[in-house]
Amino acid sequence: MIGPGKYFVEGDVAAAYGAIMAGCRFFAGYPITPASEITQAMAELLPKYGGKFLQMEDEIASISAIIGASWAGIKSMTATSGPGFSLMQENIGYAAMTETPIVIIDVQRAGPAIGQATRPAQGDVMQSRFGSHGDYENIVLSPNSVQEMFDLAVKSFNLAERFRVPVILLSDAEVGHMMERLNVPEKVEILERKRAVTFEETTKWGEDLIPPMGRFGDGLELIVTGSTHKPDGTRDTGEPDVQDQLVRRLINKIEKNRNLIEDWEEIDSEDADYLIVSYGASSRPSKGAFMKLRERGLKIGYFRPRVLWPAPEKRLYELSERVKKVFLTEMSLRGYRMEIEKIFPKSVIHIPKVNGKVHSVKEVLSSIEVSI
Amino acid sequence: MNYENQEFFAPGHRACAGCAAPIIVKWVLKIAGPNTIIVNATGCLEVFSTPYPHSSWRLPWIHVAFENASAVASGIDAALKAQGKREGTNIIIFGGDGGTSDIGLQSLSGMAERGHDILYVMYDNEAYMNTGIQRSSSTPFGAWTTTSQVGPYNIIGKNEFKKPIAEIMAAHKIPYVATVNPAFLPDMKMKIEKALKIKGPKFIHAISSCTTGWRHDPSKTVEIMRLATETGIFPLWEIENGDFLKMKLTYVPKQRKPVEEYFKPQGRFRHLFQNPEKIKEIQKMVDEWWAKFENKN
Repeated sequence: MIGPGKYFVEGDVAAAYGAIMAGCRFFAGYPITPASEITQAMAELLPKYGGKFLQMEDEIASISAIIGASWAGIKSMTATSGPGFSLMQENIGYAAMTETPIVIIDVQRAGPAIGQATRPAQGDVMQSRFGSHGDYENIVLSPNSVQEMFDLAVKSFNLAERFRVPVILLSDAEVGHMMERLNVPEKVEILERKRAVTFEETTKWGEDLIPPMGRFGDGLELIVTGSTHKPDGTRDTGEPDVQDQLVRRLINKIEKNRNLIEDWEEIDSEDADYLIVSYGASSRPSKGAFMKLRERGLKIGYFRPRVLWPAPEKRLYELSERVKKVFLTEMSLRGYRMEIEKIFPKSVIHIPKVNGKVHSVKEVLSSIEVSI
Repeated sequence: MNYENQEFFAPGHRACAGCAAPIIVKWVLKIAGPNTIIVNATGCLEVFSTPYPHSSWRLPWIHVAFENASAVASGIDAALKAQGKREGTNIIIFGGDGGTSDIGLQSLSGMAERGHDILYVMYDNEAYMNTGIQRSSSTPFGAWTTTSQVGPYNIIGKNEFKKPIAEIMAAHKIPYVATVNPAFLPDMKMKIEKALKIKGPKFIHAISSCTTGWRHDPSKTVEIMRLATETGIFPLWEIENGDFLKMKLTYVPKQRKPVEEYFKPQGRFRHLFQNPEKIKEIQKMVDEWWAKFENKN
């Protein structure tokens, strides 16, 4: 059992602890480096908490099983990496369309294809938001420490349950495999999904645009379909308004609640002429470089989104009024670049690293020094 | 042509000491010869045979993700046919048990149903060894793995039975299905030779000890694999055209050894000795299988 106190564990294990503390009682997964430690930890922990662990025959089955379990009323999660995450894309869209709360941990490794199984990368940032076909919104979080693997795993469940969306905890092999101190608190804040008692309730929503969710086994004749459907779940793929209203609501329930979801760390940006933007493992050396540059008197700020999608657009647009140059540090040639260049169209200096290693502070420093 | 003196799978690869997979691969290729294209599903074999800047493969080789090997091989088969170049070339797939019985089953079944001229060799080390010993559907009942942990909540290890993949393939009514054990080399060679002479889909299920996952002394690999067959746990047989009634046992032990002898040297079964009734259960299942099939031969 996970008691409160200090632990020295890997990020993957910390994420499993966080999931358990958040109330996750079902895990379905398939072995893949560098996410297997989450699967193994859940296999060990869940029976002790009266939960259920299933090892599935592949990643399609893994995400399908957690969708089923979520409708049966249990908080559910899977964990994977690169190729497995690609296999899950169809059902990420399905979960968005059917408004099924699930949590997927993607411990990113270098790609494309099989790539470097044991090395970190951040090339799934766009896939984590746009990987499934069609229009939808989901939520993506980015931890940069063992502690945050725990904290953001808890938060992922809360967001998934609250907004009825698939939430992706987008880690990487560096954060997943690193060992650090973890503080497990006595209690964590837990949000539960709005539960529908009658069928009628499942067909209506308030200002937040999120209908209460029914549960299989409660006697409700629920209709759950990935086809275009009316608010009561009945399939209607012919009527243009049904698709229009459904898809707009799926997008708007995230759009309109952005202020409840967006989350970032920001240091010394008030007077900043320059800004370092980074996330996940690459934010660690970026912060080191930022501190060194500040010591030298450079007016530079540090900005790290903890939630990548929806992006903290409003705050970044505010900063763009003043900041002259933005240094985006990440382990990808594409990563978050499109988003940051959208907000700072002409002032982004991209500092990617794609050799399976995290930047050193020195590397970030020298890349910044040549551009100021 | 006989290529027994040639090596198409070069030594010096990075398999663990005592790994049985290279023995299987080496002998399949010695019999297949140089006119062979290899399709390799993700797994230990792919990893240890191709560490940069080396490769053990002295043949054209394509590595694809777990679930795709049979489909990629189907494409190669069809494209060679379309160009009139199909004669005289072997297409051989190597996949582990996870890549075959679990995630690869769909494409394997499709390949068999469409009737491609391909030999599929599954080296069965009975778990996902490459990613850290997670259970697969081919892990036997009672085995410890990192996802079938043994402890107060589970005294058995894996609670489910091994998926009968060779029988499943035989049920596709493909021309040839056989089980092989590298500890019985002449039998294994005979079956590979036979399979390669037959046109159409062929499936060979090879037991393949993993010292790391089975937790045994690396010097005992062949002895332990021999015990798998001598205890009757891994029988050697062949089925042609899906005719189960004519299943041919190619090795019948004069006196089957008790299953304990196979379990004892392996750490993954250690906990079973605290529950002797479980071992009895397994012995009973083995005896029942033999009672059913032995007399048919």
